[in-house]
Amino acid sequence: MSYLADVRALTRKDLLLELRARDTLPAMLLFVVATFVVFHFALPAGSSRLAASGLLWVAIVFTALLGLGRAFVPEREQHVFDGLVLAPCDRSAIWLAKSLATLAFLVAAELVALPVFALFFNGLRASTVAGVALADLGICTVGTLVGAMAVVTRARDLLLPLLFLPLAIPIVIGGVGASVAGDPGRYLGFLGLYDALFALLCWAAFEYVVTE
Amino acid sequence: MIAARGLGKRFGAKRALHGVDLELPAGGFAVVTGPNGSGKTTLLRICAGLALPSEGELVVGVQRAQVGYLAHDPLVYRELSALENLELYGRLYRVPERRERVGILLERFGLWDERADRVSSYSRGMTQRLALCRALLHDPALLILDEPYAALDAQGAELLDAQFAELRGERTILVSTHEPARIESLATVRIALAA
Repeated sequence: MSYLADVRALTRKDLLLELRARDTLPAMLLFVVATFVVFHFALPAGSSRLAASGLLWVAIVFTALLGLGRAFVPEREQHVFDGLVLAPCDRSAIWLAKSLATLAFLVAAELVALPVFALFFNGLRASTVAGVALADLGICTVGTLVGAMAVVTRARDLLLPLLFLPLAIPIVIGGVGASVAGDPGRYLGFLGLYDALFALLCWAAFEYVVTE
Repeated sequence: MIAARGLGKRFGAKRALHGVDLELPAGGFAVVTGPNGSGKTTLLRICAGLALPSEGELVVGVQRAQVGYLAHDPLVYRELSALENLELYGRLYRVPERRERVGILLERFGLWDERADRVSSYSRGMTQRLALCRALLHDPALLILDEPYAALDAQGAELLDAQFAELRGERTILVSTHEPARIESLATVRIALAA
């Protein structure tokens, strides 16, 4: 129970920080909506639904990257990470709380972005929405771990995409498959498996990431 | 409480600390002095468990939960209030009767009236007082304080003096400072690091 209480307290802190600083969510919203607007005019008239689906996933991955890049900024700027690491709570609680907060920002951005996408690109399949939901979990679990690794380096802005994007390729494959395939079930299953596997790996690895 | 033999730390080719021996028994008060770049902060970070030594042996006789660490940075969130910061740390450190303890510390360090203000509106000295509250919050058995007098005004420094006088002998304290004269009379162990 104390583990969940730690996660709750840390997640609440991240949401409160965002509510006050408004650093992350507005940037994500602006980016994803602007991307759809540009795509809307950039795609040739009569382009296929397949192309539009691909663009949706490009926009989601890079919007998430924007959020992940800012996830540990409060800890980095004030070196609070040392304080959190010294606390006797299980260190994976820090990762889980940060993943949940990032997930909340990403879902909030998508609540606006997906209707905009549907408006510009002729609708949205239910399997696409399910794929986005599953992909969000994988993006936030993996991205938060990679973000914690990158935040302590000087080349963090370069390192985060370099580490994250290769790990996100299976998510893009699963997501695009769920969006365009006639039988999206196996792609959704693949995304679910990815989420479960990487959540477990990240949960177990975080302790070693934050220990010198 | 702390026993170190030949402790050293390298950052790549740069040697930050070399050959430090330290024997600090429970209830002892160690004062670490030395010029800038002599490795005071590195030594304290190693003793706090935030960095691993590159060479030598170190035994710290308490668990992480029993270490109170004050760094150069206050380790608090600027967009949260003093109360919110201490509430968060109090939860993570499982401080019993947390709200009462937070209130006592804020009162003692003269921050009670500003408890609901965001830390970003605090002066450097007020932030340092808050950082001291954070380090003392869970009543740690081992206190590791890096330049605790930095940015404190005369009143703040007197509050810290009083805190040291109260804790001396009851808690193990490791302090780095550029003003050793201020706490010289409390010291049971002295470590002078060379540049």
